Amino acid sequence: MWKQALAICKKDFRSEIRTRYSINGLIMFIIVTISIIKFSLGEEKLSNELHAGLLWIIIFFSNSSGLSRVFVAEEDRGTSFVLKLTASPKSVFLGKLIFNTTLSFVINLFVVLLFLVTMDVKIASFGPFMLIIVLGNFGLSSVMTIIAALISKSNSKGSLYPVLSFPLLLPLLLSTINGTWLSFEGSGITELLSEVQIIVSYTIVIITASFLLFDIIWNE
Amino acid sequence: MKSKYFLFVWMLGVFCFALLYPIPFIPALGDKARVLYFHVPTAWVTVLAFLLSMVYSVQYLRKKDILYDYKAASAAGLGLLFCILATVTGAVWAKFNWGAFWNWDPRQTSIFLLLLIYGAYFALRSATESEETRAKLSSVYAVLAFITVPFFMFILPRIVESLHPDPIINESGKINMDRSMLMIFIASLAGFTWLFIWMLRIKIRLAKIELSELD
Repeated sequence: MWKQALAICKKDFRSEIRTRYSINGLIMFIIVTISIIKFSLGEEKLSNELHAGLLWIIIFFSNSSGLSRVFVAEEDRGTSFVLKLTASPKSVFLGKLIFNTTLSFVINLFVVLLFLVTMDVKIASFGPFMLIIVLGNFGLSSVMTIIAALISKSNSKGSLYPVLSFPLLLPLLLSTINGTWLSFEGSGITELLSEVQIIVSYTIVIITASFLLFDIIWNE
Repeated sequence: MKSKYFLFVWMLGVFCFALLYPIPFIPALGDKARVLYFHVPTAWVTVLAFLLSMVYSVQYLRKKDILYDYKAASAAGLGLLFCILATVTGAVWAKFNWGAFWNWDPRQTSIFLLLLIYGAYFALRSATESEETRAKLSSVYAVLAFITVPFFMFILPRIVESLHPDPIINESGKINMDRSMLMIFIASLAGFTWLFIWMLRIKIRLAKIELSELD
């Protein structure tokens, strides 16, 4: 299973590097979003709580504009049948999950970098901040991957993606926003423990359910 | 067939009693406590419909019988209706008790989440043409949505203190209500649940007729 999954993941990376289809669009998307926020803010000073919220809004929307491609592209190119023949559903899902998590990690890293450079925000405790970003990244990409599989089989592939993923992501986003805010304020790892617990257990539950439900979506 | 007339009379009675029967003095609520007779039963039916819809979805995934998908969609549709009713009655009450229609109290946030889930569920359904695919995708989505809801019980209480009055059965497990109020409340609860089941059965019967015409 791992071997097949890694092969699928490698295939996706190779096609991404050759075409640079999503990454170019995504980088521009993030730059545009952050400049809109910068223009509309002007000289306004924001509180740490607002900064945390803004950061996760940008992360959510840039992820939801890029992560659906893994499955939608297979349907558009008509290659999903070949994939069905050559690999088991579980390894397809695992491969796509690894790819999406990596892509999402790159996106989030870029968002955070740009955000810290352009916005006037000081992170009091950097370690916990990165922990929340990385853990949130795992949760985000696992929900986004199973929803991507869902919408790739439906007729409207674009607008439905954030609509479907947001209700599922709300518990995760609330705790990551809260955790990010606390880390801006300088809380240590012990104060963030309950947030971390929720994020980790949420991710585990979603990934387990996705593995059980993916067969049904994939073999329709 | 005759049961619907009985249901009508029952609901009429419940409404008359709920609106007119004198209620005991409750500090800070007064006559505004009457919303309890309508708000709590609709909220209860919302949760019941959500649960039923998820059970039918799982049944569909196990047995692949399209009728279960119709049942799940019917339950969800009625759930959405009752969810809107519960939200509106709650918001009107909040305007007069808390001063604003909407202020992101944890209870309001959780019912908003339910509205979002129902909305997304129907958006997904209308965006899929093939009947079988639609059934599969929406059942999977219903199950996924259902398993994320429990996380709210851990998150929401920590964000802000809720101002929402105690649940009917409070923490000590006692029912804290006047006898006459309790009677009307239980009658209303039974009436709304019955109304929901009656509507659901009509929808399912309609779905069966549509299915037999397709064959």
